[in-house]
Amino acid sequence: MNESNQVPVVTLSNVEKHFGAFQALRSVNLEVARGERIVICGPSGSGKSTLIRCINQLERHEAGDILVNGRKVGSEPKQLEAIRREVGMVFQSFNLFPHLTILENCTLAPIWVRKLSKREADEKAMALLERVRIPDQAHKKPGQLSGGQQQRVAIARALCMEPSIMLFDEPTSALDPEMVKEVLDVMLGLAEDGMTMLVVTHEMGFARQAADRIIFMDEGRILESATPEKFFADPEHERTRAFLSQILH
Amino acid sequence: MMARARIVTMAGTPSLARRLVGSPGNALITLLLAASMVVILPPLVRWAITDAALFPAVPESCRAVSGACWSFIVAKHSQILFGIYPDAQRWRPLVVCVILLGLLVFSVRPRAWQPRLAIAWFAALGLSWWLMAGGAGLVPVGSDLWGGLPVTLILTVVAIGLGFPTGVLLALARRSTLPVIRLLATLFIETTRALPLLSILFIASIMLPLLLPEEILPDKFFRALIALYLFASAYLAEVVRGGLQAIPRGQYEAGEALGLPYWQLHLKIILPQAIVVVIPALTNTVIVMIKNTSLVLVVGLFDLISSGKAALADPAWSSPSIETYLFITLIYFLLCFGFSRFADRLERRTKVPTK
Ligand SMILES: Nc1ncnc2c1ncn2[C@@H]1O[C@H](COP(=O)(O)OP(=O)(O)OP(=O)(O)O)[C@@H](O)[C@H]1O
Ligand SMILES: [Mg+2]
Repeated sequence: MNESNQVPVVTLSNVEKHFGAFQALRSVNLEVARGERIVICGPSGSGKSTLIRCINQLERHEAGDILVNGRKVGSEPKQLEAIRREVGMVFQSFNLFPHLTILENCTLAPIWVRKLSKREADEKAMALLERVRIPDQAHKKPGQLSGGQQQRVAIARALCMEPSIMLFDEPTSALDPEMVKEVLDVMLGLAEDGMTMLVVTHEMGFARQAADRIIFMDEGRILESATPEKFFADPEHERTRAFLSQILH
Repeated sequence: MMARARIVTMAGTPSLARRLVGSPGNALITLLLAASMVVILPPLVRWAITDAALFPAVPESCRAVSGACWSFIVAKHSQILFGIYPDAQRWRPLVVCVILLGLLVFSVRPRAWQPRLAIAWFAALGLSWWLMAGGAGLVPVGSDLWGGLPVTLILTVVAIGLGFPTGVLLALARRSTLPVIRLLATLFIETTRALPLLSILFIASIMLPLLLPEEILPDKFFRALIALYLFASAYLAEVVRGGLQAIPRGQYEAGEALGLPYWQLHLKIILPQAIVVVIPALTNTVIVMIKNTSLVLVVGLFDLISSGKAALADPAWSSPSIETYLFITLIYFLLCFGFSRFADRLERRTKVPTK
């Protein structure tokens, strides 16, 4: 509608990242439009985590530019916190704060970073816990919840900051099979509501259903970027085909 | 697996009788302990109670008996507790002890842990200082006349009370990404830990006067206090650092990803977990520090033990040193045991529940 819809939420141009002598990202270019849902897949060690962790600077890139909502990432610390506020992240291993209740997990950052009053933060958190369908667990500690419940809390915790993009790093791969669906359902709900999402996952069912675009990474490069239809039916690269045949069978 | 664990647990807590004589080994140990009690207890009871002198608290009482001379403790308790503090002013260290011990007991309840408590502590220490040193309406008493329990209490409370936050800062500094800060913290911690407390005390009390002009030289009590404080900081820093290392990277990353700045991340997420992990080690260090305060006697301060010794020097009495040291031991025991009970409760309270 207005101009901000035209500005990509995230832009990566020629991003490079080394771990010592090992090059984890090689000249990565990517644009994520507002409301776009992108699934990233690829073999282990191909740099998927590194890519999304560069966006909120859990990893520092060495070359190239990353812009979040038009602001350059990685310059000053003040800027960094402002950017992290706009980028929500969900980890493979949930990473809830075990000494705080579920509710406190969700209100900590809104209170201390966004400076909401406790009441506002509580209301917001309860609404989001409702949305991920665990409002009745609000006063338990994370250790008392199942993995699937913990991951849904982690999603709610990130949403409490009202981010303009959500990053997911293999959110279901640490879960028992019977809990995968409850987390994917929450993510599908988010996608339907128009959240901008960048999801590293091997759940191809989710990719088919929710993704606007699927990105295939290999050896630190984005090898392929296509709509789900094209990606599954007619991948361009031999590597992609090999990968697909591996995970689809 | 579960079933086996259950059986082991049940076998681990059998009835009292089974525990005492359940196996030949247990039976033998029980028998040996019982035998040694039969041998030791009667003479001990005879010495400590039956044949002991309590009242009247005069030297003659003790000459008449073969057992313990508790009369000495009754007669000299105020000198043992307060050292050579002037007789007429002894109510002042007494009030100090009551304030500090009272506030310690009050501080045990987690419900009391509010900013107000810190203010109360500062007020209590200020008040203690005024009561001990005098001035502003009270007769001045130099710190060379202080002694006994208030000295032990003030040294412990200040060394640990300031040493703990300093230790936390040092531990964070030692893990800092800024090389200069990391280097300075490491240097301080390693140097302080490499020196025996005795030599730090000597440096503070003997070397400092040689190095500093008299006008800016802190008095003897302060110098010992600073030495103990630095020592406690270095040790507590390493304990806390151990706790920090136990916190998984994911906790930092989750906090950073939420946009929490360094201090909020550490105060709200990392430190609360890190400190809980090391409560047993912290307890250990604190107890060692409580007892370490007795070393200040080497620089001429009268802690509990030296004031006990001074009391024993009275030629009118037959120097009942066992009784005196038992009395002092009891005080140290109550302080240390009380603290370890507190730490135990804290540990159980802060235990993170799991399924
Ligand atoms: N902190 C680090 N230090 C050194 N090497 C690292 C570090 N983090 C990642 N790497 C290396 O960088 C490469 C890319 O890692 P990354 O975690 O991005 O892969 P990935 O695609 O997410 O793999 P996976 O599917 O196994 O999660 C890997 O070879 C990994 O060993
Ligand atoms: Mg990964």
